[in-house]
Amino acid sequence: MKNTKTDVLVVGGGAGGMAAAVSAAKEGAHVILLEREDAVGGVLNQCIHNGFGLQFYQQELTGPEFSYKLEYELRDKDVHVVCGSYVRYIDFSSNSVYVISPSGAQIITAGAIVIATGARERPFGALLIPGDRPAGIFPAGLAQRYVNLENHLPGNRALILGSGDIGLIMARRLTLEGMEVAAVVERMPYPGGLTRNVVQCLEDFGIPLLLSNTVTRVRGNGRLQSVEVSEVDEQFNPVSGKERSFEVDTLILSAGLIPQVEDYVRDLDTDPVNKGLSVSNTCETNVRGVFAAGNNVAVFDLVDYVAAEGWIAGRHAAFNALGKAHQSQRIPVVRKGMVGVLVPNMVDPNEHLRIYLRLKAPMDKGKVIIRELEIEKSFVYGVPSEMIQLVVNKDKLDRIRDLNKLTVEVLS
Amino acid sequence: MQIVVIGGGICGSLILRKLSALRNVSAVLVEAKSDLGQGVTKANSAIVHGGYDDPHGTVRAALCVKGNDLFADLCEELNVPFKRTGSLVVARDNPDEIKKLEELLENGKKNGARGLRIIGKDELKKIEPNLSEDYKHALHCSSAGITEPWMIAIAAANIGRMNGARVITGDPVTGCNISDGHVEDIILESGTRITADCVINATGVHYNEVASIFGVVTPPVKLRKGQYILLDKLAGGMIKSIIFPTPSEEGKGKLVLPTVDRGVLLGPTSERLDSYTPDDVATSDKGLRDVIDAADSLVPGISRYNWIIKSFAGLRPDTDERDFFIKADDRVKNFITVGAIRSPGLTAAPAIAELVVDELIPQILEFSAEPKERIVTRLPKTEKINELPFKEIARMIDDDPLHGRIVCQCNEVSEREIINAIREGAKTIDGVKFRTRAGFGRCQGSFCGWRIAQILSRELGIELSEVRLNEKDAWILNGKVRP
Amino acid sequence: MKGHITCTICPVGCRISVKKDGNEYVIEGNKCARGKQYAIDELINPTRILTTSIKVNGGSCELASVRTSGPIDLSIIREKMKEIKQISVDAPVSVGQVIVKDIDGKGVSLIATREVPLRRSETTKNGL
Repeated sequence: MKNTKTDVLVVGGGAGGMAAAVSAAKEGAHVILLEREDAVGGVLNQCIHNGFGLQFYQQELTGPEFSYKLEYELRDKDVHVVCGSYVRYIDFSSNSVYVISPSGAQIITAGAIVIATGARERPFGALLIPGDRPAGIFPAGLAQRYVNLENHLPGNRALILGSGDIGLIMARRLTLEGMEVAAVVERMPYPGGLTRNVVQCLEDFGIPLLLSNTVTRVRGNGRLQSVEVSEVDEQFNPVSGKERSFEVDTLILSAGLIPQVEDYVRDLDTDPVNKGLSVSNTCETNVRGVFAAGNNVAVFDLVDYVAAEGWIAGRHAAFNALGKAHQSQRIPVVRKGMVGVLVPNMVDPNEHLRIYLRLKAPMDKGKVIIRELEIEKSFVYGVPSEMIQLVVNKDKLDRIRDLNKLTVEVLS
Repeated sequence: MQIVVIGGGICGSLILRKLSALRNVSAVLVEAKSDLGQGVTKANSAIVHGGYDDPHGTVRAALCVKGNDLFADLCEELNVPFKRTGSLVVARDNPDEIKKLEELLENGKKNGARGLRIIGKDELKKIEPNLSEDYKHALHCSSAGITEPWMIAIAAANIGRMNGARVITGDPVTGCNISDGHVEDIILESGTRITADCVINATGVHYNEVASIFGVVTPPVKLRKGQYILLDKLAGGMIKSIIFPTPSEEGKGKLVLPTVDRGVLLGPTSERLDSYTPDDVATSDKGLRDVIDAADSLVPGISRYNWIIKSFAGLRPDTDERDFFIKADDRVKNFITVGAIRSPGLTAAPAIAELVVDELIPQILEFSAEPKERIVTRLPKTEKINELPFKEIARMIDDDPLHGRIVCQCNEVSEREIINAIREGAKTIDGVKFRTRAGFGRCQGSFCGWRIAQILSRELGIELSEVRLNEKDAWILNGKVRP
Repeated sequence: MKGHITCTICPVGCRISVKKDGNEYVIEGNKCARGKQYAIDELINPTRILTTSIKVNGGSCELASVRTSGPIDLSIIREKMKEIKQISVDAPVSVGQVIVKDIDGKGVSLIATREVPLRRSETTKNGL
């Protein structure tokens, strides 16, 4: 068994992890990156559509292109990548990481750790949809993997549950490849994904979007045969008499993402709303020297934000490992009003602050207010699917040094 | 002589295992489904009961207590997990419920059940601190435990195979030849004909149907459905024991219990089906709600939304007599039915196998069993990564890198374990899942499903689009995007 | 001709109705000026970037993802998909490699967005 030492260890080779590894290496740290698949890139590899990179690279890219750019930088910076790896256990008291991979089992002791394990899809089993348990029900990401990487179609005729972006993207993808998409079904009264995707993935192809509807039963012995869809009331309960049946052999689920944090909840704090790890604006968790970035902190709407946060996490992890970190302060950030998801959860006033938030529900107009900083930013029409981002220069944070909290509020 | 066991659930497989130890018997197991243990055996509470609640004097009461005694050794030989977690029947502070506990204790004593005693609220609180404050008394049974029933079926059939028995899967029985009140052979869907000196009908919910192929009439099955919800390992810390409410006429009630891999199982409902629909394992909105409500009233807060990873239902074959039906037919004399194996069928299964092989068969066939001189009694320990210390894993990967390729990251299952399962007989995604627990965890195969399909395709030499979830019609993929 | 268009310039997603009155377009429902231009573009000539995959022979992966180098007319997308389904290229494929030059007759090309190296056995065969 090997014992290895490194300055920075990054767990997860998606957009956040790759960015973290590159930025840590740029600061002069020796970096090891652990990736579960045979190649880095994470979900970007299968997201072959465009719309990525406008912020992080100032150009519109597809997922594989975005990944390719980061991968190039990884090679350029001599980051040591361990593919096909699995983290069995992290001892946070000594920053020892127990890693299993086909090349061997090793204990890697790191000066600092960046956890960038992303999110997973909410599986069918968790949705408690009544009915049979046939083949032909796929989380959207798994279907996307089959179509875009494994060269296989999931079926002939599909219904999509959930109008999150990946559900919309898959509606178009399956249609282009010759499957029929009967409808996209969304239980909320508004679509879960970007308007652009509703137009370009559904309207362009005449695919119906059924708002305030949900799947109430799946039928099929062996393979899926039909799906019952019902209108729902405001409490999301099915309205009796408003059911209809769709003869489909495929059900694609775009029912939300869950931050992958379960392996760490014993040691690291999580935020109950974000359902991800609590972090400061330096991406540090409650345990010093342990950082987190990306969809395991909160589910972000843009990969650009994930990469940007990864970059910050890697930088501070390097400072930490190389003894360049200053003794930082942490002021809790609290939500008020219509604020749902909110990152970060703590602020170190010595560093720039990037705030990401999601509204609890759509709003015609409103404003984001941070009274302690005398910040007020108005917006016209906001939806939960699109994050609102605010950047505060560290020069402005001096005044909050003696405060016990920072309040982020959204009012109409 | 050749004995054919129809049905590869826990009873059929355990009978096969015992038959395979005999020198003067050639044993064959025939299973209609693509894998073993995928019927009643798969979808039940997985409890090895203490044997206190089955009415004294019934067959099931006697076989339950006897089965419980046999279970630890059986699981050790089969290398299947078995944990004596103990069970609690909890009661509120009212005379009816307390009286019920006393009745159960009394009945249990008569049955010969072990480890029974009534405890008060202090001890109860100590054992299960997260139990609802409403419960002040309990019948504790230290001999109750949990296991993996389908693994018993799979492992028992494996032992049978190692000792020379034949195991046929995915080929239902469709006909037979009977002459002079004796079965001569059976015919399978594929056309295969198997001569039989004796036939054992151990077909779970299907025992009426199968018996009728042989012209045998058995007590009509009344199907009972149980719906369940499986919770993540994160819920595992909430409870230690199998927790029952006070039982009612409908049965043992909806429980909360740990699973062997540290998850939690909630349920079951107990719904009598009006018609004979043996493929109906559909869940219902009401059923799942009832399961959640019942669990929360026993252990408040256990059914958290983010802990729910799966819901499913299973059927059990009950009858109006509400007891097992284990009997040789009067007219077709070499046909034995092991039917109506309702609860506590899992617990009783090892005792049922003894009853059939040691008593019924010698009686009707007038033969005396001769043991083989050398047989396999224990399955070799398979190397499960998640049960091994890190150093040991490191050594194994040095020998074979596939031990280090963790395919299912939720349950820590290696590619080597998956390949071994396929070589042992898994042919489908579910076959791999039930043998290795790959895909059983919190992502439910979102991450590893495609990779397991790839490994199946490679190891079985079939196209990816030929991989099945379980049975023939359960196809997963529909040809190539770019052929 | 579409009767209405959903604007995608911002999250508001105005439902803009478009009518032709003589040679003039009558645009209604847009909350801002940007929506008007968008509506006219969407009506006269909606364009999209097309992303899909092509077959790769002898590569480590059977597919290479591709995109058009710029937007193409929405109306030709289904027809172009039919053509793309017939195409295959030999590995290795590099990012940015032109797969089909001028796919729309207006100068937009189909380019690869993923690197697909030779399959390992192919590498040995070619003595690389």
